[in-house]
Amino acid sequence: MRVGVFICHCGNNIAGTVDVQKVAEEMRKIPGVAYSTTYVYTCSEPGQNEIIEAIKKYKLDRVVVAACSPRMHELTFRKAVEKASLNRYFLEMANIREHISWVGDDKELNTQKAIDVVRMAVAKVMNNKPLFSSSFKLTKRVLVIGGGVAGMQAALDCADGGLDVVLVEKSPSIGGMMARLDKTFPTIDCSICILGPKMVDVAQNERIKLYAYSEIEDVKGYIGNYEVTIRKKATYVDWNKCTGCGLCMEKCPSKNAYDYFNFGIAPTRAINIPFPQAIPKKAKIDPNYCRYFLKGKCGVCAKICPTKAIDYDMKDELVKEDVGAIIVATGYSLMGVENFPEYGGGKYKDVITGIQYERILNASGPTGGHIKRPSDGKEPETVVFISCCGSRDKSVGIPYCSNFCCMYIAKQAILTKDHLPKSQSYVFYMDIRAPGKGYDEFTRRAQEEYGVRYIRGRVSKIYPRGEKLIVRGADTLLGIQVEVEADLVVLANAVISNPDAAKLAEKLRISYDTFGFYVESHPKLRPVETNTSGVFLAGACQGPKDIPASVSQGSAAASKVLALFSKDVLESDPQVSYVNPNVCVGCMKCVKTCPFGAIKEEELRDGRKVAKVIETVCAGCGICTSTCPCGAIQLQHFTDNQILAEVYAFASGK
Amino acid sequence: MPQESKKELRIIGFLCNWCSYGGADTAGVSRFKQPTDLRIVRVPCSGRVDPLFVVRAFLSGADGVLVSGCHPRDCHYSDGNYYARRRLEMLKRLLPFFGIDDRRFHYTWVSASEGERWQRVVTEFTKVIHGLGPLKIEEGEEIG
Repeated sequence: MRVGVFICHCGNNIAGTVDVQKVAEEMRKIPGVAYSTTYVYTCSEPGQNEIIEAIKKYKLDRVVVAACSPRMHELTFRKAVEKASLNRYFLEMANIREHISWVGDDKELNTQKAIDVVRMAVAKVMNNKPLFSSSFKLTKRVLVIGGGVAGMQAALDCADGGLDVVLVEKSPSIGGMMARLDKTFPTIDCSICILGPKMVDVAQNERIKLYAYSEIEDVKGYIGNYEVTIRKKATYVDWNKCTGCGLCMEKCPSKNAYDYFNFGIAPTRAINIPFPQAIPKKAKIDPNYCRYFLKGKCGVCAKICPTKAIDYDMKDELVKEDVGAIIVATGYSLMGVENFPEYGGGKYKDVITGIQYERILNASGPTGGHIKRPSDGKEPETVVFISCCGSRDKSVGIPYCSNFCCMYIAKQAILTKDHLPKSQSYVFYMDIRAPGKGYDEFTRRAQEEYGVRYIRGRVSKIYPRGEKLIVRGADTLLGIQVEVEADLVVLANAVISNPDAAKLAEKLRISYDTFGFYVESHPKLRPVETNTSGVFLAGACQGPKDIPASVSQGSAAASKVLALFSKDVLESDPQVSYVNPNVCVGCMKCVKTCPFGAIKEEELRDGRKVAKVIETVCAGCGICTSTCPCGAIQLQHFTDNQILAEVYAFASGK
Repeated sequence: MPQESKKELRIIGFLCNWCSYGGADTAGVSRFKQPTDLRIVRVPCSGRVDPLFVVRAFLSGADGVLVSGCHPRDCHYSDGNYYARRRLEMLKRLLPFFGIDDRRFHYTWVSASEGERWQRVVTEFTKVIHGLGPLKIEEGEEIG
């Protein structure tokens, strides 16, 4: 065996706190190590070439690269050794950057730790076997979860690329948050005017199959071959018959249903179409408010419906779809106004959230686009905006910035002035964050052209005085207390993940962070991929994002899927379990533990029953390997021998 | 060979590739400083950790063994960490019968985004092991 060890300096990232020369020297002492060297940037082209040359020159048959995390560059170096005609699984990486040089300051201890860790990698690589992938077919259809702007963009781009798309939307209409907005910053473009045509495109595209008011029930399978179960929730209206005429909504006697689309700023009917541009434009009954469901009688909508579409006995329906890739674009939620009692949220009717104000400003909103305050319908003269409500506040568990509030506050303040020229807006802010193209100019316009008064400081208290709300806060630039008599207070409420984000992540087997946002594969270089191959991310489900960023990610995710589907077969990962039939006693414990049903019973010619792994189904977790009482089933590349070799090498450092 | 003056002890950690290994990477990228005693072995899933690996590690000279996987319900392979939890809890209760203080073995959950939590886990566990001192496996430990 001739192992080559390549220690990377990573500039000063590793060499700064690890004596790389000493590590290389120590490795030369290990029997079987034929060559050991260091290089300033092993991942660079000359660095990789040095590995390739050394493999040829010194006839190396195993390679260890001690550098950054294998999660970063394992594939890079696998490709490099492959160029030198070595099987790619004859490579091991030792992580001496993220796990050593970056987390310890003591050079002596770091060097010792690096020596141990590289020695463990050498011990493992000596036990490595060549592995070869096989190919399997894939279903060239894509599932997009979420019909907001990111999901729609992804669906349209995939369809344009010639793919069949299954689009699943949780609410009765696609459009997402953007459909609720009045105008968009920094151009003050009408939101629905630019989104509406896209929504129609989705509806009319023959390649897109839309499941509105549906959710993901279950996901089985793996990249290229997912089987997805979709729950079509009962709408109690037969959408094949419903024409969207809206008669039912007019006549429905239950007038106090919660309006999810308008964030409860005004009530709606128990049977409703969420908004005029809804796609599909179909009615749906909310059984929590419908008199027929609550009291057992009414049936007005059933009587009035010209196409007899009402079906009170409708049940949820489960549908199965086969797809090869999944794009998750489930968006975000917002903290409710009731979470801000210090600002009178939930107590004073005229304290509302940004998205609620957006609906008031919107021509298709409950006030028809006339700014009227919720309590008495009067036009406000003084409007106060408070930024960072919940956001950047560790005490409520949201240390992050919600990304777009600074911008929409400026937009809403400008629109307020446009609607009510006599009005005066105030903004209490912590910082103005306007880093996008044309964004800073926009916030300046709000101040300079529209006379919006920006006060740097927090609001301490809001209390009523007569018809007014007294907003008391600090102006930290002047160092004084300020009081504003407001007619309406708008809170820039924090962006949070969807309440069911974790549940969906568990079905898809993707990771989520402490806040429920989905985790991308690499924060810089793989922003729309997840660690589950075949599952991609787009939009605010990954973290707060504005429209241009969400659209870009929608397109990016679509391009990833199109690239994936440009191949006719996919290569399977050979790091799967393998049963040695001579050792297997046929207890079938592995069959029971496998989460993927990848192991089945097989009868040998002599009649003996043993376990057998279905390679394409095995995901490579290795639960079976640690279950097997006789070591017959071994996860390739992580066999007992390989892991124990590392343990013994660790121990030999004592 | 750890310097006597700096008194490093032998700690080995088995980390799930999808979460805790990533969490340790995140800690590294964020420069969250940690004690240097720990040596990390990457495994695909905490469910891949055979309790015998832990025992082998102790028998061959480890003073402490750490296993870290994905938070329950957030397994990349859907149930791997449930298997891990059952097996490792069993092992933890068994260790005192071998004459090994069960505080020397710790299993926990750290996600890929929890760099700070990883720093805390390593720091605290290293402190516990230093409190216990080197394991003298031949002599057996007084289990209090």
